[in-house]
Amino acid sequence: MLEIQSLECVRDDRLLFSDLSFTLGESEVVQIEGANGCGKTSLLRIICGLRLAESGAVNWYGESVQANREDYYANMVYIGHLPCIKGDLTVLENVRALLDTRSLSVSNLIIEAALAKVGLESYEDVPGKALSSGQRRRILLAFVDLAKAKLWVLDEPLTALDVQGVELMEAMIVAHKEAGGSVIFTTHHGMKLECEMRSVQLGNFAHAGQGD
Amino acid sequence: MLNAYYHLLIRDLRLALRNRHELANPLIFFVLVVSLFPLAVTPTAEALQAMAPGVIWVSALLAVLLSLDRLFKQDYDDGSLDQLMLSPNPLMILVLAKVTAHWLLTGLPLVIVAPLLGLFMSLPADAISVLVYSLLLGTPVLSLIGAIGVSLTVSVNRGGVLLSLIVLPLYIPILIFGANAVDVAMDGLSVKGQLMFLAAMLALAVSLAPLATAVALRITASR
Repeated sequence: MLEIQSLECVRDDRLLFSDLSFTLGESEVVQIEGANGCGKTSLLRIICGLRLAESGAVNWYGESVQANREDYYANMVYIGHLPCIKGDLTVLENVRALLDTRSLSVSNLIIEAALAKVGLESYEDVPGKALSSGQRRRILLAFVDLAKAKLWVLDEPLTALDVQGVELMEAMIVAHKEAGGSVIFTTHHGMKLECEMRSVQLGNFAHAGQGD
Repeated sequence: MLNAYYHLLIRDLRLALRNRHELANPLIFFVLVVSLFPLAVTPTAEALQAMAPGVIWVSALLAVLLSLDRLFKQDYDDGSLDQLMLSPNPLMILVLAKVTAHWLLTGLPLVIVAPLLGLFMSLPADAISVLVYSLLLGTPVLSLIGAIGVSLTVSVNRGGVLLSLIVLPLYIPILIFGANAVDVAMDGLSVKGQLMFLAAMLALAVSLAPLATAVALRITASR
């Protein structure tokens, strides 16, 4: 459903990768691997259509992502390095604000259930500024879970999460794959996924490799 | 689509109401600047009247300019802006929601206190009502044009000077027609032309500025 065609990315006159191609079908998990500064975040932002590639294309069901934002964004959810959490809104309002941008109306009960699942039970009315950074990341997990997206694009989703948080993220990815969804993620932490997954290597002067 | 507009508007208003001290800043700036003028110059009714339109309009314009940073900065810093750009809804609708919230929180309070400051500068009653109309038509344009400037400079640290350089030239027609309307009203002439011009600027800005802001935001994010 997602095709990456010979992408080239240049940042500050430095070639990060070129001629990078891979495809992502339904029910597939891909990890983007590579050292710091090799362009993982840039690649994910290009896949989201936030950043423009120097050359190449990202296609969603055969159509360019830029030309087809409405359909693509309704089916794709991205979480990046930044927490997207407002300190002055409560946990519940934060999740709701994130879901509202996707025009999803979800009942409070469902949001509370999702928050309980990520270990934020009884935190619904706590303002965001009173949370630890790990708890903020957990709000994002609840958001991803509720976003009803086929494709998850996760940039370092394990940042600031504790052991239970990491296990939760792993379980969520496996469950999402089993439900027919796909995931692209980067991480520097060991993620032990109990499902099939591929990895794409970003290295100096980019060679895209595939393997199990 | 309307839902997305409404929800984002409510979110921004709610955030601002929980952060009230920031909310009062432009208003206090406006009142302080206007009320300092009579202290610095001869406070005779004629002298004050003569400069009132200009002083009030320039202060309102600067108050809006100072508050522009708030429009996208916080969302940019915490990553919410990325989420807005990844919304299935048209980005210009979301931009319009944010600008509406900005105007309700800065422009509208200025319009509401303006009659008081008009009295303070001993403006006649007719001129005060024209002052309110001109600000009511002009301040939304200031917010809309400002949004274009902010979206271009939001990624720059301390982009305040740059923002002023981009936005001020575009503000000048509004300033000229707004202040002139009040001036002309004091002479007892018709101000239809000036107000119509401001209304035309508003119509133009509402239809085009959100589009330009949305494109500028995408450019900012793509670097």
